[in-house]
Amino acid sequence: MNGGRIRQMLRAQTRAFLRDKTALFFTFLFPLMFLIVFGGLLGNADSRSKTSVLVVGHGAVVDGLPKAALDIEHVSDPAKALKRVRDGSVPALIEQNGDVVVVRYSATRQVESATVQGIVQAVAGQQNQIASGEAPRYSVEPEQVEDTSLKAIEFLTPGLLAWAISVGAVFGAALTLVTWRDKGILRRLRLSPLTIGEIGAARVTLSLGIAAVQVLMFIGVAVGLFGLHLNGSWWMAIPVAIAGTLAFIAIGLLVGAFSKTVEAASAVSNLIVLPMAFLSGSFFPLDNAPGWVKTVADLFPLKHIVNGLTDVMVRGKGWTAALPEIGILLAFAAVLLAVATRHRVFRWDEA
Amino acid sequence: MAAAIDVRDLRKRYGDLHAVDGVSFSVEQGEMFGILGPNGAGKTTTLEITEGLRPADSGSVSLLGLPPWPRNPVLLPRIGVQLQATALLERLTAREQLQVFAGLYGVEEARVSEVLEIVGLTDKAETRAEKLSGGQAQRLSIACAVAHRPEVLFLDEPTAGLDPQARRNLWDLVREIRGNGTTVVLTTHYLEEAEALCDRVAIMDHGKILAMDTPAALVRGLDVPVKISLPPDALSVAEAETLPGVSAARVAAGALVLEADNPAAALTSLAENGKLDGIQVSGATLEDVFLSLTGREYRA
Repeated sequence: MNGGRIRQMLRAQTRAFLRDKTALFFTFLFPLMFLIVFGGLLGNADSRSKTSVLVVGHGAVVDGLPKAALDIEHVSDPAKALKRVRDGSVPALIEQNGDVVVVRYSATRQVESATVQGIVQAVAGQQNQIASGEAPRYSVEPEQVEDTSLKAIEFLTPGLLAWAISVGAVFGAALTLVTWRDKGILRRLRLSPLTIGEIGAARVTLSLGIAAVQVLMFIGVAVGLFGLHLNGSWWMAIPVAIAGTLAFIAIGLLVGAFSKTVEAASAVSNLIVLPMAFLSGSFFPLDNAPGWVKTVADLFPLKHIVNGLTDVMVRGKGWTAALPEIGILLAFAAVLLAVATRHRVFRWDEA
Repeated sequence: MAAAIDVRDLRKRYGDLHAVDGVSFSVEQGEMFGILGPNGAGKTTTLEITEGLRPADSGSVSLLGLPPWPRNPVLLPRIGVQLQATALLERLTAREQLQVFAGLYGVEEARVSEVLEIVGLTDKAETRAEKLSGGQAQRLSIACAVAHRPEVLFLDEPTAGLDPQARRNLWDLVREIRGNGTTVVLTTHYLEEAEALCDRVAIMDHGKILAMDTPAALVRGLDVPVKISLPPDALSVAEAETLPGVSAARVAAGALVLEADNPAAALTSLAENGKLDGIQVSGATLEDVFLSLTGREYRA
């Protein structure tokens, strides 16, 4: 390893990358566009949906309805309100008339109206107990499982960032390898004092630099534009990004080893990254996905980048939470790299 | 003085094809050696084995006294190569391209401008490699090969695909580089290129060297009659055939062509008859050498 030669190659490749408008677009702007478009579409809204209800009158029960679970609209005209429940635009109407609470619901919105009935029953029971003047014997400790679910921008930022990192690393490695082999540049370099380790070191350094810029750009846009609240150990996103980049460079080298043309390398890279991105929760959370999807996704390195980034950036876990994911990514990188650089896999030329 | 290159009984097979089939040659230091032959003759494979780009099946190569295969880091700074494909890095200017190669060999920065000057690309220094013409790209490729002042320079078909003017410019460049004592080995399928540039030429066909000598000696050894062309109406074919020193005469391509086994006698008698107007005399070329060696016309 010769630092001067690595610097030469790094400078040459960085220049070539910065002059490649297509690569710049797909590495930086395209993923950011996804973040801005999705972030804007889904808004900053809570992904937990509240059930809308109409309320007529006042009393202990209707005034005690939990605002965290219900979107309450007070109305004065019961006839008009009933019409809205009938046509299905609102799941339920709650009327309190003295001590009687009537829940009018529509059968077309069964799940929601059942939720509303349950909530109203619970509130009524609670108020009855208070009215009885006795101390409650049973207590319920509510623990909302929904608390762990994420707002749109909270899953979009790490998800899309992970996708951007993987695209940058795979395409960078695969296209460079195929182009250089195709154009005879690898053969030419082989007859210079440059070693394959030095070529690799230069490429890895450039890819890591690109990943670092992606991390900063994504965090900048998510925080600046969408008010993302970063968790304290967000800086752990950098080592996760590094480990992820290494894993996807290895994938890129493998793609490059088996692709004869730039077009083929590009197509194969897409074929690998895009399904992986969908199954790994880059574009939408996997909370509601079937179990087998999650199991399959665990085999993909992208899932572990998404997980690692989400844990440290938004889930409020400590910095150690990302260590297992980093370990998995590094192991992935090591195995694939060992395969990609094998004598029979890595080729200097087409012949 | 030791030979710069010594190649002994080189063989390389690709499946059933004997790409290189028992090739031996040696090149003296400072010599310009050409490997001439049609496409598929095995020139490039021979060159690539000699450079150390691929291993031979059998035989030995000594390059500056060392084996080039497996990849020999000690040898690499002492040789320069220009490959058949103009292997230039994308989206870099001519100057940046040279900076990379100079940098890889640890050559001083000042050498970059110097080499650009030598190959005549000073005014194209800031032009991206992909925007250069074919001839300019070839010159840049050669510049990258000589930036570190190699002792041996390998050129694989340096003028392939160039127009005649660009080809001649490149010949001048190669002669200039060679002028400072660099040993040059080049392959070409242009006969006139081998004749114009090389001290010695090996003629290759089907993986074998058919003949190897200076271009002049190769031609001389042929015993091919000198051709004398005259305007078609200067003499009749019958008259021409009776001239002393003329072995045959025919009308071809709008000219009366005499084949002279004794050109001095033939020319003297033509002069006596006042028939020297519009006369052209041509000796044998490497084309004739190839024809006599293989029994077929030379087709690059």
